[in-house]
Amino acid sequence: MSLSHTLLGLLERGPRHGYDLKQEFDAQFGQDRPLHYGQVYATLARLLKNGLVEVDAVEHGGGPERKRYAITASGVSDVAKWLSQPERPEAYLNSTLYTKVVLALLTGRDAAAILDVQRAAHLDLMRELTRRKTRGDLADALICDHAIFHLEADLRWLELTSARLDRLAEKVRS
Amino acid sequence: MTGGPASGAGWVRQLAFGVRLAFRGGATGWTRVALTATAVGLGVAFLLLAASVPNLLSARDARESARVDYLQHLERRGDDTLLLGFVDTQFHGIRIRGRLLQPEGPAAPVPPGLTALPRPGEMVVSPALAALLSAPGSELLRTRLDYRIVGQIEDEGLSGPGEFAFYAGSDRLEGWSGVQRLNAFGDPTPGDGLSPRLMLLVIVAFVVLLTPVVIFIAAAVRFGGESRDRRLAALRLMGADRRMTRRYAAGEALAGGLLGLAVGVVLFLAGRQLIGRFTLWDISVFPADARPSLPLAVSIAGAVPALAVTVSLGVLRKIAVEPLGVVRRSAQGRRRLWWRLLLPFAGLALLAPLFGGRADTDGQLARVQVGGGAVLLLVGVVTLLPWLVEAVVRRIGGGGGVSWQLAVRRIQLDSASSARLVSGVAVAVAGAIALQTLVAGVESVSVQDTGADLHRAQVNVVLSEGATFAEAKKITSRFAATPGVRSVTGTATSIGLVAGTDQDVPFIMGACPDLREMAEITRCRPGDVFITEHDPESSDAPEPPRPGQQVTVEDATWTIPATVTRVKGRRSPDGGVWRGAVLATPEAAADLAAKPLRLSLYLGLDRSDPDAVELVRNTAAEISPLTQVYGIQEVQVDDKFAGIVRGILVGTVAILLLIGASMLATTLDQLRERRALLAALTAFGARRGMLTRATLWQMAVPVALGLVPAVLIGTGLGLALLAMLGLPLHVSPANLLVTVSAGAGVVALVTLASLPVQLRLMRPEGLRTE
Amino acid sequence: MTGEAPLLSARDLHKTYGPTPALDGVSMDVRAGEIVAVMGPSGSGKSTLMHCLAGIVRPDAGELRYRDRNLITASDAERSALRRREFGFVFQFGQLVPELTCLENVALPLRMEGVRRGEAERRAAHWLDRLDVADVAGKRPGQVSGGQGQRVAVARALVTDPAVVFADEPTGALDSLNGELVMRLLTECVEQSGTAVVLVTHEPAVAAYSHREVVMRDGRIRTSAGMVQ
Repeated sequence: MSLSHTLLGLLERGPRHGYDLKQEFDAQFGQDRPLHYGQVYATLARLLKNGLVEVDAVEHGGGPERKRYAITASGVSDVAKWLSQPERPEAYLNSTLYTKVVLALLTGRDAAAILDVQRAAHLDLMRELTRRKTRGDLADALICDHAIFHLEADLRWLELTSARLDRLAEKVRS
Repeated sequence: MTGGPASGAGWVRQLAFGVRLAFRGGATGWTRVALTATAVGLGVAFLLLAASVPNLLSARDARESARVDYLQHLERRGDDTLLLGFVDTQFHGIRIRGRLLQPEGPAAPVPPGLTALPRPGEMVVSPALAALLSAPGSELLRTRLDYRIVGQIEDEGLSGPGEFAFYAGSDRLEGWSGVQRLNAFGDPTPGDGLSPRLMLLVIVAFVVLLTPVVIFIAAAVRFGGESRDRRLAALRLMGADRRMTRRYAAGEALAGGLLGLAVGVVLFLAGRQLIGRFTLWDISVFPADARPSLPLAVSIAGAVPALAVTVSLGVLRKIAVEPLGVVRRSAQGRRRLWWRLLLPFAGLALLAPLFGGRADTDGQLARVQVGGGAVLLLVGVVTLLPWLVEAVVRRIGGGGGVSWQLAVRRIQLDSASSARLVSGVAVAVAGAIALQTLVAGVESVSVQDTGADLHRAQVNVVLSEGATFAEAKKITSRFAATPGVRSVTGTATSIGLVAGTDQDVPFIMGACPDLREMAEITRCRPGDVFITEHDPESSDAPEPPRPGQQVTVEDATWTIPATVTRVKGRRSPDGGVWRGAVLATPEAAADLAAKPLRLSLYLGLDRSDPDAVELVRNTAAEISPLTQVYGIQEVQVDDKFAGIVRGILVGTVAILLLIGASMLATTLDQLRERRALLAALTAFGARRGMLTRATLWQMAVPVALGLVPAVLIGTGLGLALLAMLGLPLHVSPANLLVTVSAGAGVVALVTLASLPVQLRLMRPEGLRTE
Repeated sequence: MTGEAPLLSARDLHKTYGPTPALDGVSMDVRAGEIVAVMGPSGSGKSTLMHCLAGIVRPDAGELRYRDRNLITASDAERSALRRREFGFVFQFGQLVPELTCLENVALPLRMEGVRRGEAERRAAHWLDRLDVADVAGKRPGQVSGGQGQRVAVARALVTDPAVVFADEPTGALDSLNGELVMRLLTECVEQSGTAVVLVTHEPAVAAYSHREVVMRDGRIRTSAGMVQ
């Protein structure tokens, strides 16, 4: 999963302080493993260097320096490109997909379209595997089946998520 | 079914659970229960009606014998005597019972149903006649019954609510012939009712009509059996053992049976209210008289639930309800024939000793024997049918069109249910054929060809009190002047006694043209006398009187002149022939011409005018209310017998319709089960006609096969009964054809009625309900 | 996509059962020889789409053509004849006629078209052989396994050499191994004969036998095409 794209996506909703960004990330995607602030800081620094974010304001106060980051135009197009491209179908990519869907919902993009694109990509790979399976020998078939079953699980998840998009949108936007 | 209170309670609980189960299962469960209950209810209502027949008949007999008025012929008038004249008439085919009453003293009897005797010029009418008289189109009848209506006859004075009857007051009855004097109504010694022979006929009719009803009830209990089996399988999965499933099933069947019983009682009570409104072939029934006899009602209440439980347990014996579904213990190998022949043979064995009319057919034992034999023979149709269907269909190849193939294969797969579907029709047809054969046999004895010639005359008018020749001429001209009358032939008749002997001699007086209607007379002039010859075939007939012999007629003595001519008698228009009779022109016997002789007129009518006969009746009533007007018939049927024939017809039609209803329900059930398949075949582009033809074949083949044993056993039973009564054996192909067509017609009707549902099920929506 | 004209062409189809629209503006093509999977959750309208495409159900509105024939205006008899001659069908539960033998079931579509019994059964036997179920020819559907029955159903769908086979959840009642066998035999046969298949399924593993998929939701088609660009 791409942390930089996720942070960019979160920033698209409006300028944030680094610490606020970490807390929001934890709330949406962190589950029970909160992100280390240092990683957020490092990532933002790289994004800043690449011109995808900019420093919107610096607050001087009693504590540490507090920069407020904002997304740039090229940052927005980077997020859009990332969201619209399917992930390479492989096992255990759910967390990335989940992040993409949530981000799409947060940024007001078409989350269902993300799932559609992903489904198409998965099915293409399944087709390829099915073709290989029917032409190959038993060993090939067994190996292909293993992959097919995993893809099938992903596809089930895609289906289920498509059906639950409305509820998910309610939850993440609350 | 082990003993002990605990298991006993469990047994009852399981039965009760089955009862509850019947009502579960949502809309389909209810539909099924409702269907079964309705069908069982129809059957029960029919049985209750049949059980009411004894009361119905006895109530009717009681009322009819209470008003009997033809037994007393009192000579002397008294304070308590009443003169009574029979003035029955007909109006457009409706028979009207009419009586003229004239009290001769203050204590004269009042007929049942009346509170007081009507005064001259007044009449009391039955409700049906009151309605008829006030209906439009009854003007001719109002003219004829020209009395003031002063009241209605109460129910106890009527044979049925639809009877047309009136009692009119008169003051002119004294001295008229045909008028009776009586001092009481009623038959002091009521007869036995039906003769043993007719009683036998009635018993067979009941057996024949009720056997299909029982089969119908048994079929109704099976409605929706498949879903029941699935439910039981689900219970097995939850841990019910086989014995428990049997009790659940028994409970379910019991629920259907009991509910059906309740529905039947309601239907019967409701139908009873309607029964009074219908009059079929002059028979109408008071609702209050339709009371089932108690022992019969109790047997029905016990037998119907028992039948329901027995049938459903019988079905369970052929399947194994396993936790994962129902396994049909399809009888591998062929059905055996021998035990299926047991029943009909047992029936024949019961009937055989009675053949040839040797045995006593009047006793109670004989009735049981006949009833039992008939039941066994008829039920034999049911047991034979599955074997026959299987044996025949197994030999049919798959040739022919697709619909034929579908139908044949379907029957091959489950010949038992195909056979079951039509067994009701087969039994009903067999029964009807048996009855008709019997009826035709009895008919050949009790129905006589009258030899009437309807081309010469259609109506016979008789004036019993008599008229002198001069009056007769006037009466004749009054009829001739009645619109619609084409010809009038009239003769005055009397019976004379040859002097010095006890030999009767009919004496007929008429003008030459009238006499020509009675005998083959070539030359005739006023003053001529003729004597008709005797029947040449009967050797013991006395010689006709010779010329010169004296004959006493109506207290006058008259000598047969020497100029008398012997002629051959001729059939009069009503079929009778005067044999050994004196035919005289009035000029030849002036003394007698002045006496009132019984007048008989033959009228030829304009047959295209339905009012002609009514106008004749009106003219007759004007001349004298006691004038009788008869329609001339080509055949004469025993009246009592005709009622039974009608009853059989009504019953057979009712039964066939009942069975048709059950066939329809079963067919629709089967179609619904196949809705997905029908829709799939439609997707494949199957033509509607192909599938509906398949349904038709599927029904027609078993019916055609069912009609074969039905005709054989029905005819056999009929002939057996004829042989038993010692009647000539005779089979009427026309009757067979009618009954067989009625059976086939029911099947056609059912197929037709199921078509809309089939077409609906073939719609692609059927593909959606997976 | 090739420039060749599509066999079946649907534009803006609408079909309503009761209050809810089953099809709400669906457009799609089926080209000769291609296998199109119609996917979607239950109630998404995929079966209705198949029924419309096959001329079983007449859409309420839209355009629908098979080759040069207008299926919207065609009479019931014309559409039935089309289904007999040009289309084949496989259903989830086989829907074989229980009282006919497997051979007679396969011969049934030919017989409905008026082919003589002997000839029809000869051709049916050939297809049973192709689908590896020649041994059940004389048995009735109730006496064969689910997998065998479904292969008999496939043989029945193919026996008329149809241009399009419509398969509605053809493996829905089968285990994976039997489902795979049915799908492999079906796709092999149609690839050789150039028959198009409209494959209605909610199973991705079955859809994977297709050349492309159409995803339905709430009576509409969701395409991936617009998104990738």
